[in-house]
Amino acid sequence: MNASDEIGEVVGAVLILIGAIFSLISAIGIVRLPDVYTRSHAASKSSTLGVLCALLGTLLYFIISDGFFSIRLILGIFFVFLTAPVAAHVITRAAYRDKVPLAEQSVQDELKDYYRENEIVEVEVEDKAEAVNYQTK
Amino acid sequence: MIFKTVLVIALCILALAILANLYRIIKGPSSADRVQALDSIGINLIASTAVFSVLLHTHAFFDLILLIGILSFIGTVAFARFIERGVVIERKR
Repeated sequence: MNASDEIGEVVGAVLILIGAIFSLISAIGIVRLPDVYTRSHAASKSSTLGVLCALLGTLLYFIISDGFFSIRLILGIFFVFLTAPVAAHVITRAAYRDKVPLAEQSVQDELKDYYRENEIVEVEVEDKAEAVNYQTK
Repeated sequence: MIFKTVLVIALCILALAILANLYRIIKGPSSADRVQALDSIGINLIASTAVFSVLLHTHAFFDLILLIGILSFIGTVAFARFIERGVVIERKR
């Protein structure tokens, strides 16, 4: 009993400490990087890894020392793993469409031409839809 | 005792991370920066809740982890839609 308690404590403490350090590294990246896109890169990846490590440490701690297997914690891990990159993607796309500029030292913007063409097409389609809507009224 | 010390140190590190995100929320030049930092704060809050539930040795906070995750995701997506199109819920035409 005592031995398994100690194993659980060691595993949980190590994983939680690794997760916290990863979160701190992600926060340093958020403060120091030059533009929205690089900051989003730092925020989404390393912060997701950090919280996954912390939740995994919690799960293993409760499994080893209590014998308590929490399906809610598994669901939480799965959900964070699924939604954090999606949230970063949505925010970055919103920033790009809002015309937030890139950092000065960035050399290439491959989305620029694509978005310019597509925006024109989108506007035309919307206008057509509106026109059709107008005629049917 | 060393176990609890390590957990408290982890909590302090997470608090430092939240403070750094707070700096980005206050200073961020665009609103996308602020939303990104708020999402990151939500994720850090999930981690701190997990550490607290180990520290207090209770199962009661596991629902809260899932709940904070879901609310943070929904809020982020709503803000992103607002930045992108000006509305959150579009009307059917």
